Amino acid sequence: MDLEEITSILRLIKLNPLSIVGIAIVATFITLGIISPYIVPYPADAWGYSYNLETRLLPPSSKYLFGTDEMGRDLFSRVLLGTRFSLIIAIGVVGIALAIGIVVGLIAGYMGGSIAMILMRITDMFLAFPPLLLAIAFAATLGRGLVNVIIALALSWWPWYARLIYIQVNSVKNLPFIDAARVIGLSTTKIMFRHILPNSLTPIIIQAALDMGSAILEAAGLSFLGIGVPPPIPEWGLLISQGWALINRAWWLSLFPGIAIVITVIGFNLLADTFQEIMDPRLRSTMVMRGI
Amino acid sequence: MLLNILNLKMYFPIKKGIFGRVVGYVKAVDDITFSVNLNEVYSLVGESGSGKSTVARCILKLYEPTSGRILFEGRDVTYARGRELLEYRMKIQAVFQNPYLSLNPRMRIIDIVAEPILEHMDVDKADAYRIALELLEKVGLSDELTRRYPSSLSGGQAQRVAIARAIALKPKLVVLDEPTSALDVSLQAQILNLLEDLYNEYRMSYLLISHDLSVVRYISDRVGVMYLGKLVEESYTENLFENPLHPYTQALISAVPEPDATRSKLSKRIVLPGEPPSAISPPSGCRLNPRCPHAMDICRREEPPIIEIEKGHTVSCWLYTKA
Repeated sequence: MDLEEITSILRLIKLNPLSIVGIAIVATFITLGIISPYIVPYPADAWGYSYNLETRLLPPSSKYLFGTDEMGRDLFSRVLLGTRFSLIIAIGVVGIALAIGIVVGLIAGYMGGSIAMILMRITDMFLAFPPLLLAIAFAATLGRGLVNVIIALALSWWPWYARLIYIQVNSVKNLPFIDAARVIGLSTTKIMFRHILPNSLTPIIIQAALDMGSAILEAAGLSFLGIGVPPPIPEWGLLISQGWALINRAWWLSLFPGIAIVITVIGFNLLADTFQEIMDPRLRSTMVMRGI
Repeated sequence: MLLNILNLKMYFPIKKGIFGRVVGYVKAVDDITFSVNLNEVYSLVGESGSGKSTVARCILKLYEPTSGRILFEGRDVTYARGRELLEYRMKIQAVFQNPYLSLNPRMRIIDIVAEPILEHMDVDKADAYRIALELLEKVGLSDELTRRYPSSLSGGQAQRVAIARAIALKPKLVVLDEPTSALDVSLQAQILNLLEDLYNEYRMSYLLISHDLSVVRYISDRVGVMYLGKLVEESYTENLFENPLHPYTQALISAVPEPDATRSKLSKRIVLPGEPPSAISPPSGCRLNPRCPHAMDICRREEPPIIEIEKGHTVSCWLYTKA
């Protein structure tokens, strides 16, 4: 990455207002995820340690921006702290799934033969189930808890990355520059990680950005079903599910965490689009040349 | 002798069905013997499908040959592994046909050229970059281009980068697999001149794989002509072009456009009928016999032997067997 490249990327981003929105949303989400424990107006409410009968189910007001829940806790504080858990889930799920998927797909794709046969059939076994169903099965087996949710989702997710990488590697590994790398005498590991992987990553990175949003959504789904993060953790899906029973009396309970999920998922989708544009150096240089 | 290819065969199995049953073989290279001397340009010519690139890939150890032996500096490297293979790889490099596709699109020019240096020479990154810059200057690339990515180069520039990478380790032999056929004519001449300059400076050998006879005539010392996986004729360049013996070589050379109009009137263009048959089931006897204007009975029955007509000029054809 040199200066010239960075400026060309910045120019591309500037040309597309939606990518700015996406970057802004994701940047805010990450920042809030990191600093939210220190800025929530009612920390005890946020972590769920307090119980206050007098402030039960108050509608949104200037004192309680998003209203309060049935335990009298400030919903704004809880939703704000929820960004931290969603961030941990998103990074955890996508990170673990990527790590497994890349290694499996890369080895299967480059080695081929019976190694590919074994690895890809295992992958197919996972792919045979709808991912959410598989995640539910894992989550139910592992029991409730943040780490278990992450593991359950990552286990149902990696086969998609493995398959994607496998396909990419198969198209890249026969290009002449891989032959050139072999002729130079590079080791298999170096060929795989320096030459094949960087040229196979574009679709996976775009997919991963998209999946950050989906991971939050699915974790919320698991929490909603009662097999995800346990209360009183203010995870967004759990907040929606808790508010669900009271939707007639307190519409704000499910609405605000729902909006938080929608905005975050849209943010990651826009970011994925931006990645798609800037990841391809050829596309990038032609677009900058044409001044669009 | 630098490189000896002895009875090299490369058969690709044709698989069918889900169990990968082998139903036949593509005999891409079928029993070829030749050698490349020190400081020599040896060319393999032939039309596409003749197996010349397969020979190159076997020599580069990108394919493992079905049988036969590859000797480099007297050492058998056919099945070289590990340390031995690495030592061989450092002495033999390649330039491929498509200059863009032979450069990693996600690496900068300088990193592409510095990669073999960092891998095999005992230098730090700064030194590797310095050597790479010298090489790039030598192949005629300006300094400002070295920090760019391959996609911003022209075809000729990209091929110069590939050449710089190939000579980085000062190899004994460079395999040039159609190095100019993806470039337009004015660039071809520049690249050929560059290759010639480097050849004189580094005193290495070239194995040129080409279908372009004018390129071959310009640069090579000796030429081998391939047809359907067989080496049909081999000689010194001028000798081959002035006195081609094999009917296939004659047809190939007569097909080159002659700039001198008076000469072209004199020598009639020989056109072989039909197309080369498939390498899966080559014709019995001499492989050219269905297309050869001189085909005799024996050509259909038996494979012709390799006959030395004069020193260094061999041909594989029944026409020359009358003892």
